[in-house]
Amino acid sequence: MSATSPSRSEQVPLAESAPREARESAAPAWRRSPPRWHGVAEALIKTTALVAIVAIVLIFVFIAAETLPLFTSHEVRAEVTPSTMAWKQTWGEAAARWSWQPASEIPKYSIAPLIIGSLKITVVAVLVGAPLGILAAIFTSQVAPRWLREILKPTIELLAGIPSVVIGVFALLVMATWTHRLFGLEHRLNAVVAGCALSLTIIPLVFTLAEDALSSVPKSFADASLALGASKMHTVLHVMVPAALPGIAAGVVLGFGRALGETMIVVMASGNAALVSWSLGVSTRTITATIAQEMAEVVHGSPHYVVLFALGAVLLLFAFATNVLAMRIVESFRRKRGGS
Amino acid sequence: MATIEPSQRSPGGEPRAAVLTAAPSPKLEVRGLDVFYRGEKGGETHALQDVTVDVFPREVLALIGPSGCGKSTFLRVLNRMNDTIPGARVAGKVLLEGEDILAKDYDVVTLRRRVGMVFQRPQPFPKSIFDNVAYGLRAHGLADKREITRRVEQALGRAALWDEVKDRLDAAALGLSGGQAQRLCIARALAVEPEVLLLDEPTSAPDPIATAKLEELIAELKADLTIVIVTHSMQQAARVSQRTAFFYMGRLIEVGATKQMFTRPRETRTEDYITGRFG
Repeated sequence: MSATSPSRSEQVPLAESAPREARESAAPAWRRSPPRWHGVAEALIKTTALVAIVAIVLIFVFIAAETLPLFTSHEVRAEVTPSTMAWKQTWGEAAARWSWQPASEIPKYSIAPLIIGSLKITVVAVLVGAPLGILAAIFTSQVAPRWLREILKPTIELLAGIPSVVIGVFALLVMATWTHRLFGLEHRLNAVVAGCALSLTIIPLVFTLAEDALSSVPKSFADASLALGASKMHTVLHVMVPAALPGIAAGVVLGFGRALGETMIVVMASGNAALVSWSLGVSTRTITATIAQEMAEVVHGSPHYVVLFALGAVLLLFAFATNVLAMRIVESFRRKRGGS
Repeated sequence: MATIEPSQRSPGGEPRAAVLTAAPSPKLEVRGLDVFYRGEKGGETHALQDVTVDVFPREVLALIGPSGCGKSTFLRVLNRMNDTIPGARVAGKVLLEGEDILAKDYDVVTLRRRVGMVFQRPQPFPKSIFDNVAYGLRAHGLADKREITRRVEQALGRAALWDEVKDRLDAAALGLSGGQAQRLCIARALAVEPEVLLLDEPTSAPDPIATAKLEELIAELKADLTIVIVTHSMQQAARVSQRTAFFYMGRLIEVGATKQMFTRPRETRTEDYITGRFG
């Protein structure tokens, strides 16, 4: 240190003020300019990042473009407009009803049953999955001995690797039968079955993020609390969990987004009836399941096709809103605690 | 290294520490203390070897010695914070007013209420200043709001922080400066009214004003507390303590009245360390 610092302090003014030759002659002989591949690597990294951003933007543009005829095309608007999608449908003698029957002779496009269905199932999934994930994370990171932790963590995270179609089959054949026997709900396939099955996909997500957040709370927090004579449990509940709250909240919100967007499980386990009902015991159709099942059969460019893209746009808006809300929550936590 | 039973020793524990041994009975008696740490790969480090020392009521005992000599380990044993280190093993006896705190069935929560500790790096909780100081009280089950407020104010006063924070008790504690944060941690420890206060290098940050304040504070606190302080600074040990213990390579080399330690140490290793020949 002491040997090199004087020479460095001599070089600094040289590099700033002296002309180029003087600067080069002052540099030691072993010094080389960085190798060329550094430049290549930098360009590669920039390109990759750009491709990711462009891909996202293109998805937005694509969905917007396919939704646009809903506002511009006379042909489409003769059958459906945004306001008819948002309201009850009337036809013939019958009273106005919330109806999603796009393939009937008089197509009906009320999206209310789909939105209610998506929300019902997502809320059930989060209400079941988030507490389980968070409690498992608290147990694993704070209570379990090290050997148990090393078994638990990879096992729970393995849940994330199960293909959703497998969970769907499990829900269809096993969970549906159990819930039917236990609670005897109206329909065999319903929002409870689909929500519980969905919770299996968000548990590992919530668990991983919450566990990481809890494990990265410095040990000095726990030490400070224990040294004050607080019990282990008091320390966990009043110091460790609050300190990890932003991470835990982020996990819950991501879980919400995952559940909202999940398709295969709800197609298989929800029953797929587009009913307007807040009951959890009836068959339920979600936005994602509707798009997945109807997109394959629809005529390209038809009103039905455009409406399905509009549903995609609604889903994107929901996801966007949840993310903004999550960031707000995390930010307000940070501000309240003042720093870091 | 045979464990020395208290009964085998002369009354007062340390025949060599001539000055203060006669009058009061010791607050803490440490007898033949050994501490081992198990490494990741299975080997065991003997962090403390056969340490025997007494700490008397209302004195400041300074622990000095080079880094890694075991003084912090010793401090952590006194309120069993070593329990939180995986693979740490303790042998010997540590008596708090005659009761063995290392006994398996001894309640560590109660122990830590009686023996408080302030760490080297101040670690305020991410809560308000008020909630930080009230933390220990609430953890001990105090629910009466007026009583909590009274004790928080009193603790902040004793830690000489009240004047600086009285207008912003609801502000986040993480916004405090290093010296203030350290005094907050002391206030937090004082709020639960411990009998012994353990300070682990409380002034390692090079801030002369904060250091001076803290040393004044220690001088005031010893009126009704027993204080054990680990310090890197020989001058600090000389300024704040009545007795000094010198640790070296896991052993207690010498303990005695601070004045005597700094003027006429018995051991050459103590003298070499104090005069700056190593360390």
